[in-house]
Amino acid sequence: MIEFQAVTKRYPDGTVAVDSLDLTVEDGRITVFVGPSGCGKTTSLRMINRMIDPTSGTILLNGKDIRESDPPLLRRGIGYVIQHAGLFPHRTVLDNVATVPLLSGVDKRTARSRAAELMELVGLPSTMAKRYPAQLSGGQQQRVGVARALAADPPVLLMDEPFSAVDPIVRDDLQQQLLRLQSELDKTIVFVTHDIDEAIKLGDRVAVFRVGGRLAQYDSPSALLAKPADDFVSSFVGRDRGYRALGFLTATGIPVGEVATVRAGDAPERAREALVDGWAVVVDEQNRPLGWVSADLLSTMDKSVDTEALVSGGSLFEVDSSAGGTAGSLRNALDAALSSPAAVGIAVDGTGAVVGGVTADTVLSALADARSSGEVPG
Amino acid sequence: MNIDWPWPWLERNLDDIAEATGQHLYLALLPVLVGLVISVPLGWAASRWRLARGILVPLAGVLYTIPSLALITLVPLALGTKIIDPLNVQVPLAIYTIALLVRSVSDALRAVPGDVIAAATAIGYRPVRQFLSVELPLAVPVIIAGLRVAVVSAMSLTAVGALVGIGGLGQLITEGFLRNNGVELVVAIVLIVVIALLIDALLLLAGRVITPWTRAGRGVKA
Ligand SMILES: Nc1ncnc2c1ncn2[C@@H]1O[C@H](COP(=O)(O)OP(=O)(O)OP(=O)(O)O)[C@@H](O)[C@H]1O
Ligand SMILES: [Mg+2]
Repeated sequence: MIEFQAVTKRYPDGTVAVDSLDLTVEDGRITVFVGPSGCGKTTSLRMINRMIDPTSGTILLNGKDIRESDPPLLRRGIGYVIQHAGLFPHRTVLDNVATVPLLSGVDKRTARSRAAELMELVGLPSTMAKRYPAQLSGGQQQRVGVARALAADPPVLLMDEPFSAVDPIVRDDLQQQLLRLQSELDKTIVFVTHDIDEAIKLGDRVAVFRVGGRLAQYDSPSALLAKPADDFVSSFVGRDRGYRALGFLTATGIPVGEVATVRAGDAPERAREALVDGWAVVVDEQNRPLGWVSADLLSTMDKSVDTEALVSGGSLFEVDSSAGGTAGSLRNALDAALSSPAAVGIAVDGTGAVVGGVTADTVLSALADARSSGEVPG
Repeated sequence: MNIDWPWPWLERNLDDIAEATGQHLYLALLPVLVGLVISVPLGWAASRWRLARGILVPLAGVLYTIPSLALITLVPLALGTKIIDPLNVQVPLAIYTIALLVRSVSDALRAVPGDVIAAATAIGYRPVRQFLSVELPLAVPVIIAGLRVAVVSAMSLTAVGALVGIGGLGQLITEGFLRNNGVELVVAIVLIVVIALLIDALLLLAGRVITPWTRAGRGVKA
């Protein structure tokens, strides 16, 4: 647990970067610090490992005042991932990752084999071990940065905008990987970003800072979307927050209706009879959806339902059923309905087989129910 | 001045030539080494504190422009050394080396990316170890470049030392003049140039061997 108690940082030039911050970072969770540029996120983060000392106030790590620790020793127990990875250009990938174990006195062979394990954990092929950082892409460098921070197995991980310099696809990849790693490793992670979407995606708890280093709101992502504390937070959280908030409501128990299905290869006349409101889902042998077919489309097919000519379906929505599967969110359900050419979202079970359909109306009435039962704050 | 077929003279004087060469190397290289060792902490100070940089960098610039002969004749006055003491040449050479390298070292250290330094600190390096294993290695390519210039100029400046009576290949040049011996003169000059080029090439090679990452460009992704 990391506790900020009335922590203030005033730089020598008078800038107040952090203003009497009180905040508790829980163990085994991802806590995100988010806010506009210059609001004191980096300063707050660097006070945790004593790269910056507060002007006043106290920071406790597991109940102990960090001022009592020797900074280099404190830092070896806290992983740090920096914005542009900050890899050592003169060391190979493997030796970059092995740095912290070596510093802590582990022998070279053990440190390197540990480094090789870490490379695998973050999804770097072992063929990259001997490369220098300049020979990696930005995304690969970030992975090395994460591996290096994890090499000594520190309980705490500080990450300062680690994914902000890579393109959106790679960023998404790295974010998924972080969530996967976290589900295995249970670290106490403090993650800094200026991107509210990233904060909501990754954070168990999100601290929104405003310029001047003041904490504006500290809440779960869903509470942040549903109940922003003030105008600053609501404008920072941004547009579509109502829609995005649906992502935090599971669609467990949402009524799934019938959906017309025809099998690929069926005769067009039989398929025509099955259409509901002019549309049907075409499924394969395992009942998995291949796309939609309409009355118009059927009239162009003479022998059988041709899978090449289907209208591609919208997003799928997973439900929990006897065949397994975890219920998606109301956002998934609504998106499935809205993106479907037939205005019916395809619901599938854990095996990917079609179990029914949901309409936007169903989703919205489920939302109304959740509202009235108090699941969604007003 | 006559230049005869050089072999007979060379054969007769091989031992003397070898001795003069050894002396020349000692006179020239020791001060460069000492200069290097002194420039690293000075360059570090200059990279770190604005005040130190404000003093050291201009001072180095001024020292470098003092004519070598002037420095060689001033040193005995300042140090109280005898007129034929090797220090009279070696101290100026060390001063030139420092003048040349302080700025290189300081610039090279300042060019180490802030991210890299922050990462090293965050990882838990203590300052001295961080300097020796992160910042200094990254400055090596620039330091080697400065060192190559320092060595080559030290080789020729040492020859000037013969004018104040210290040994080395410069002595063969002055002797050659006095005795009207063209062979001796040419041999000495050729040796100075060839050895300077050789050491320069060695430094270049050593620099490449100890900095493999500098050639790991973006193009060589495999
Ligand atoms: N060494 C320093 N000296 C003086 N002021 C500083 C120093 N470091 C940061 N500041 C100021 O303190 C404030 C907070 O800086 P900080 O780097 O913590 O912001 P940040 O939230 O991380 O911003 P960004 O999103 O741009 O990284 C800024 O106004 C910044 O200009
Ligand atoms: Mg920052």
